[in-house]
Amino acid sequence: MNRLLLPYEVAQEAEMAEPLDFNRRSRLMNTHRVFKAEISSITQLTEMEKLFHIRILEAAERQRFTFQPGQFVMVEVPGYGEVPISISGSASNRGFIELCIRRAGTVTSVLHRAKTGARVGLRGPFGTSFPMAMMRDHHVLLIAGGLGLAPLRSAILHVTENRSDFRNVHILYGTKSPGQLLFDYQYEQWRRVDGVDLSIIVEEGGNGWTGEVGLVTKLLDRIPIEPDRTYAIVCGPPVMFKFVCNRLGGMGIPMRRMFISLERRMHCGMGKCCRCNIGSTFTCKDGPVFDYWTAINLKEAI
Amino acid sequence: MLYKTLKKEALRSVAEALLAECEGVGPRRVSTDRHGKPVYQFLPVQRFDEIELSYDTTEYSAKTYFLPFRERLSTYRFKDGDWDQEIRYRAEPRALIGLHACDIHALLKLDKVFAKDWYPSPYYLSRRRNTFILGIDHDPCEGAFCRSLGTDTVTHGFDLFLTDIGEKYFVAVGSDRGLSLIDRFGAQPITDEDSHCYVAERKRIAALMENGLNLNNLPNLLDIEFKSPIWEKWGAKCLSCGTCAMVCPTCYCHGVHERISMDFQEGAKIRQLHACTLVDFAVVAGGHNFRPTPESRLKYRYYHQHRGFVEQHEEPKCVGCNRCGRACLAGITPVDVIRELQEEVGP
Repeated sequence: MNRLLLPYEVAQEAEMAEPLDFNRRSRLMNTHRVFKAEISSITQLTEMEKLFHIRILEAAERQRFTFQPGQFVMVEVPGYGEVPISISGSASNRGFIELCIRRAGTVTSVLHRAKTGARVGLRGPFGTSFPMAMMRDHHVLLIAGGLGLAPLRSAILHVTENRSDFRNVHILYGTKSPGQLLFDYQYEQWRRVDGVDLSIIVEEGGNGWTGEVGLVTKLLDRIPIEPDRTYAIVCGPPVMFKFVCNRLGGMGIPMRRMFISLERRMHCGMGKCCRCNIGSTFTCKDGPVFDYWTAINLKEAI
Repeated sequence: MLYKTLKKEALRSVAEALLAECEGVGPRRVSTDRHGKPVYQFLPVQRFDEIELSYDTTEYSAKTYFLPFRERLSTYRFKDGDWDQEIRYRAEPRALIGLHACDIHALLKLDKVFAKDWYPSPYYLSRRRNTFILGIDHDPCEGAFCRSLGTDTVTHGFDLFLTDIGEKYFVAVGSDRGLSLIDRFGAQPITDEDSHCYVAERKRIAALMENGLNLNNLPNLLDIEFKSPIWEKWGAKCLSCGTCAMVCPTCYCHGVHERISMDFQEGAKIRQLHACTLVDFAVVAGGHNFRPTPESRLKYRYYHQHRGFVEQHEEPKCVGCNRCGRACLAGITPVDVIRELQEEVGP
């Protein structure tokens, strides 16, 4: 039998790692003041997605900007608008922030037209993160579908950079077609990390695709799971969560050890505008990362 | 709480002292509705005589003086491919004269979101702290169910709060500036008789209240009845016009957008009130709408008022003023919707 009551260590919460500062009772601040940043590099990933490197201009602000995998920033193009974008890069990279952005609306279209050197505003980081500290010494399943690789990549980078902290690591990634695979030039690098298993699958093969064809759940078939000692992170379109998480639940992984990242339109990032509200919960401040138990209790969430 | 009494005729001097120092806002009669009843709004006033302290309710709430319909969050000045950001908070003092208890409760609820929760809003706080609030007790207004929500009386969130006890006002003093003000105009310590009069007056008002709703266990009920057909029924009536949220004293949902000036020299980031009942409220980039139907949006509004806000702040967001019920063009009132929801699961 799986253990029902697993100990929960408050000390592992990300905030507890912050240096002691009893002066920070009030957190009143200029909530709409942006970090001025510039697009330092642009990489075309697919037809629809580009990877932007964003560098905060002022050195002191750049040094102070830290984030946890799974968090997001509000990116503002002055005069056009502001959008929430999850951070795709490594949390240990203090030089620039990596954002994988799909061309979907007004602001993201402007960003896709922007050239390197363009100046944008940045607020954040906001939201909850994947519990990397709690996942220490456990097996890790990192599962992404489509654009879900964008937020998951920062968890992947954390795991590959801190490989010794984790037991078996499986990365599973699926997209509709081979042309939609993000970061395809980095798979080889991830595979070569000792003890990292990466599997890729597409729904519709063709065009000389020699890899696997099917849904991402198919990849779970051959992975041995030790449910008491496994954490899972699942990122992707809402339809994927139910299938993947129910499957993982069937394998015996507790719901509170599966983490998903939800997406909604956000206008503030700070739990004020209510646009990202799901039931009684704010995706921006109580999420975007939720454990699966919390997520299934949100009305209309998935 | 410190209590004092103030002679009735001294109220004019108190109000005029405030109006002499800053912008004043109070209930003013602006029109007559189709039933011949006067319509009031909270509007700027220059003189005490413009304020109709005997008003029953206003069509819009006073939230606009704390969360304006449209507010500039920041200004960007463009220059040579670069920009500079400028942020200003409104700091001009203002006096709000004649607020009722429910509307002060509404501010206390907004405080929970904008002043006491994560990321306090400097925009809101600046307006809140620079507003002097003089509240006043009143006889219940038609259709309101404030007593069901405990918002018919108030103990903080104001500078001064008056209750008519005959010759005098019984004054609850909520701030040092409130105390200095009434002391200038001959405020007196309360006597035992004043206290008796106050309690009697509150009893008289309470007896007039229609205790419209029993909200016991409503949050659970909303979860259980999430798929109830009553939402379809009310949703079919809803015009998705957003009026309910506009007139609501606590609806704070908003959108943020940006504008560029005609000469391309300046951009502005603007916060504008939105309404969860409007069709595009939950639309995301790419066009997907998380709440595409009127019933899903109407339900969400009730859900936020009586379920979501309770989870976040241990109390409903609604203050029971029934402004939404009065303003709704389709005749949807919270009392009807909630009663029907309760009947759905049995008597």
